[in-house]
Formats: sequence, C-alpha cells, structure tokens
Amino acid sequence: MLTFWILQALNTLQYAALLFLISAGLSVSFGLMGFVNLAHGALYMLGAYIGISVAAQAGFSAALIAAPMAVGLIGAALYLVLLGRVARLGPMPQVLVSFGLVFIATEITRMIWGDVPLVLDPPALLAGRIPLPGAAYPVYRLFIIVLGAAVALALWLGVTRTTLGAGLRASVENRAMARAIGIDTDRLFLLVFALGAALAGLGGVVAAPVTAANTGMAVSILVPALIVTVIGGMGSIAGAALGAVIVAVIEVLGAAFLPRFGGVLIYAALAAALIWRPEGLLHPRGAR
Amino acid sequence: MNRLLAAGLLAAFALPAAADTKVGLLLPASGNYAALGKDIEDGFRMAITESGRDDIQIIPADTEADPQTGLTQTRKLIMQDQADVLVGIVSSAVLAAVRDTVHQAQVPLIVANAGNSDATGKDCSPYITRVSFSNDQLNRPMGEWMAAHGVASVYTLAPDYAAGQQMIGAFSAAFQAGGGKIVGGEFTPFGKTEDFGPYLAKAKASGAQALYVFYGGADAISFVKQYDSFGLSETMPLYSVGFLTAPLYLREQGTAASGVIGALHYLPSLETPENKAFVAAYQAQHPDTLPSEYVVAGYDAGRLLLGALETGAEGRAALAAALPKVAYTGPRGPLEIDPATNNIVQNVYVFDTVEGTDGMTHKLLDTVQAVRDAPNGCVMP
Repeated sequence: MLTFWILQALNTLQYAALLFLISAGLSVSFGLMGFVNLAHGALYMLGAYIGISVAAQAGFSAALIAAPMAVGLIGAALYLVLLGRVARLGPMPQVLVSFGLVFIATEITRMIWGDVPLVLDPPALLAGRIPLPGAAYPVYRLFIIVLGAAVALALWLGVTRTTLGAGLRASVENRAMARAIGIDTDRLFLLVFALGAALAGLGGVVAAPVTAANTGMAVSILVPALIVTVIGGMGSIAGAALGAVIVAVIEVLGAAFLPRFGGVLIYAALAAALIWRPEGLLHPRGAR
Repeated sequence: MNRLLAAGLLAAFALPAAADTKVGLLLPASGNYAALGKDIEDGFRMAITESGRDDIQIIPADTEADPQTGLTQTRKLIMQDQADVLVGIVSSAVLAAVRDTVHQAQVPLIVANAGNSDATGKDCSPYITRVSFSNDQLNRPMGEWMAAHGVASVYTLAPDYAAGQQMIGAFSAAFQAGGGKIVGGEFTPFGKTEDFGPYLAKAKASGAQALYVFYGGADAISFVKQYDSFGLSETMPLYSVGFLTAPLYLREQGTAASGVIGALHYLPSLETPENKAFVAAYQAQHPDTLPSEYVVAGYDAGRLLLGALETGAEGRAALAAALPKVAYTGPRGPLEIDPATNNIVQNVYVFDTVEGTDGMTHKLLDTVQAVRDAPNGCVMP
C-alpha cells in the first residue's frame, strides 16, 4: 500500500511539473496583457512534433533545446504579426483569433506529420526504472519532476531578482505607470510572450515520451492549463506552480479514488475558485 | 454539322443513362480517430478502383467522431446529397446517434468500424449492415480463451464510453463464465486521459494476475508505452481486445508492445492467398506499411457494395435488400452477413505481439472459426 501512495505522489508531481511548464506562459500573458491566448495549446503541440523531428535527426537533448527555441520564435512571430494587434481589441477577438489558430495549427500538423500519433523515446540515460517495493517508477518521469522544479525556480528567481522581472511585475500591477517610469512595455510583452511560447514548446517535447504526440493535444491540454491559471491567479509564477499542483492532486487522486467523477472534479474546483477567490489564490495585488 | 449534332445527342443520352450510385462516406477526418477514418477511406477506394467501375460517386463527410456532428452530416448526406448508400462510422457513439435517422429514412448503411453491439442487437435495422465487427464478437472469444489458458484473475481498463463499456462487459461475462475472476477495473474519462500512470498504479495494487484493456487511437500508443515504462510487463501481462496493438500503432509502439496478447478479426500476417494478394496490392500504394484491420473493413465495405451492385440492385431499397446477401472470402477469411442481425460472421484470430525480422508483428496463436453473435434482442422485420 505504501508503494501505491509513493507511485501516486510521484504521478502527481510529474503531472504538476508538466502542467506548470504549459501554464506559466499562459498565466503570465493573461496577467500581463489581459490576453486569453488559446493558441498556447497549439504551441505545446508544435513543441512535441518539432521535438520528435529534431530528436530523429540529432537526438533527445538537441530536441530539448531546439524545440522550445523554434516554438519561441513561432510565438514571437505570431505575436508581432497577429496576436499583438488582436490583444488590444478585447476578449472576444482574442478568443476567436487564438482559437482559430488552434485549428490552423492542427491541420498543418496533420499535413506535415500525418494522423498516426508519434512517439519519442527517452534517451538511454533516462529510459530505466527506479525499483520500489513491488513496483517500479520510470526514471523519465522523475526527470520531468526535476525539470519542472528547476524551471519554476529559475522563473521565480528571474521574476523576483532581476531588473527584467521587476519591470514585469511593475507592468502586471499597473501598465500605464510602468510605461510612465520608462519601462518599454511593448518590448517586454514580446519577450514574455516568446518565453511563454518556448515554455509551452518545452512542455510539448517533454510530454511526448509519456503521451504520444497527436493532433488532439492542442485542445486537450487547454482546459487543464486554463483551470491552473484561474485557480492559481493570473500573472503570477508562484500562482501557476500552486495551481498546477492543485489540479494535479485533484486529477491523480480523482483518477485513483473517484474515476467516475475524475472528469468533473477539476471543474468543481474551478467553480469553487471562481466563487471564493475569483482573482485566483496568488493574484498580484492591484492588477486588473 | 451533322456529326456535331450526333455527338451532342450522344452526350445528352450518355449522361442520364449512367445513373451514378452516390456513396456518403461518414468518417472522422479529425480527432483521436482520424487515422482510422483515413485507413477506412483508403480501403474503400481501393475496392472501388479495383473493380474498374466509374459509376460510383463518393461524397466524404467529416463526423469528427462526435455524435452530434455525425448526425448532422448523416442528415445532409441523406437529404441534400441524396446518397444511395452510407458507408463508414468509426465511433460506437456516432452509430447510436444516427441509427434512428438512417432507419427511418430507409437508407442502407454499411458500418465499416463502430462495434456498438446494440446496432446489430436490440437496435438492429434491415438498413444497417456491419462488415467490421461487434464489440461482443471480439471480446467474448478473448474472455473464453483467457479463462481456458489459465489466467485466473484480471484487472480491466477502458475508456468511459459506449464501446469501452460494451467491450469490457462482454469480456467480463465470458471470462467469468469460464471460471475467471474480475478483481477490479476502471473506465477512464474518454478523450481526457493522456496519463495512465494513476490507473496503472491502481491496477498494480489490485494484485490481479493480468491486465485486460481496450484502447484505440492515440490512447493505444501512449497506454502501451506507459505500461512498459512502469515495468509492468515483467509482473502483470497485458491482454487486450486486439486494437491495442493493431498494425496501425505497432510501428510507434515498438518493442514496448512485445508480449501483448489480443484478438482481432484481421491480421496482416494471415497466410492465405486472398490476404497475400491484398497485402501486395495495398503495399503497391503504401510502401513499407501493412494494411490495418481498418483498411480491410473499408475494403470489405466496398466489396459488399460492389457485390450488391453486381446483382443489379440500384437505389436505396434494392441495395438495402441485396447488401446482407453478399458473401465472399476476403483478406480476413470467409465472410458472410448473419440474416438474423445483419452483423458479420467471421473468424476471430488470437495473437501474440512479437518482434519479427523487420519490426513488430503478430504471431497467430489460435483461430476461432465463424464467430456469430447471438441476436441479443434483434428482431428483423
């Protein structure tokens, strides 16, 4: 029974790490620009597929670097050409345009990579298993936990300890005032958007060895990622991390004990969050 | 001038003379089951091309494997496009949704995948003929086979929708009747579960001797990969209704699928002249790819339609009457339609998934001859 709990605790952490990678960018662009970017799911999917193509040529570690960079560039291009303009038009155009991008990206992915889901094998170094009494845990999943924690720590340090982070926090609190004191908010937005896209791409390539890359993943990841953002509080790295852990706990324990309600529980949590803490658990004070 | 007039007259006569048969192809072109839809369409077009007929017009419609969309597309094909016959349907849920519309409009439907047992059971219709399989048909022999081969207890997993419930239900009934014990099981949220880790931990903790699952599409690949990554293959052998390690997914699953035992109505490795010719013809179009059971189902749907057309049948009513009478030996072996239910009667092949000389392949363990479903409440008029 102890083994069962250890397995489920590790499953929770691993899922939370993955959710965090995907939600961090979504949450910050939400909080910073008030921009509901549904195309974030498509960036996650592209990360997985680009990662698989790169890994086939140059190995897993190359994919781990190249896929986030490529997706970051795609994100930056999308922002400059389309999303940056749409961001000023209010929530409805944002949702329509960014969700339209999901369909376009899904079709392009089908044309390039086909309908059959693709897998990515973890490198030999991470392919093994850690023995537990009466069971085993894949090393690769531990790697996801470590990577998620490392990225969370790096982002937290970046936001709280650097000038860029200070500018970011100032812009989330009050964009007009931040601009008034000389912070180039446009450049900051672009940078943050590209970084968020890169993190989604990293999430995609990291997820590929666990869940086969498929054309449905752009949409299927959106719901949990949005719930993480709402529960944790928009615009906060710590909020995204906390939200990811909460959603992961609910999903994994729900799957283990109330599988019949597994699909409903996170929506119940979402409703509870909207009733009691509509601004999210860790919302930066004063922001919109 | 005269010649021109004659040519014009000829053309005018030639057009209405060839009354094309309109086929509405109801398949998902997007979502988890898109790859299945593609295979079925390939197989269907292969049969039509092979016949050399040019009087069959194919109208594709995307069901998205969604019941509501499937129903909308079915209505469009029946009313707007005036289709003579409908072919396809991957999802059991879509089949349940369109059943009444098809039945009332009296349009023949050849089901090329969806195994919904009710469609040839209590909800059967003279207009619905199935050339794929029923969920009962594949799971019942598997339950009997496992009980007879010394598996004492299993834990079951399947997606939480019509097909998952019917498959596990039919398996459990047959397995228990054979003396086996179902220790426990879960239905995982359909389309929402990508990480099976929590369920695998639960299955392991149940203490069952083996695991029995049904998954298809992207789920089939990620499930097998995750099962392998947790090292369960060493302690808890995996059995499944054969879709889990179907040809379509085997290449991606690789050695992770090694040792998975399943039952299917078609294997590309079958040693029959019909199948060898079929595989060769398919590989001429798709090099280095083995035809999946979905390609075969699409192909047989085409052959069934061609067989009915050859009897001279034309239009909805005549086709509906002729379709269930077609019987022939195809890639998967002898094939006929049961007049009591309009479901296919076919062999079921129990196989082991093994490493072959070039990649993964299926090793035939047992053949269950001419498996026929009980009417299960079906009363044909």
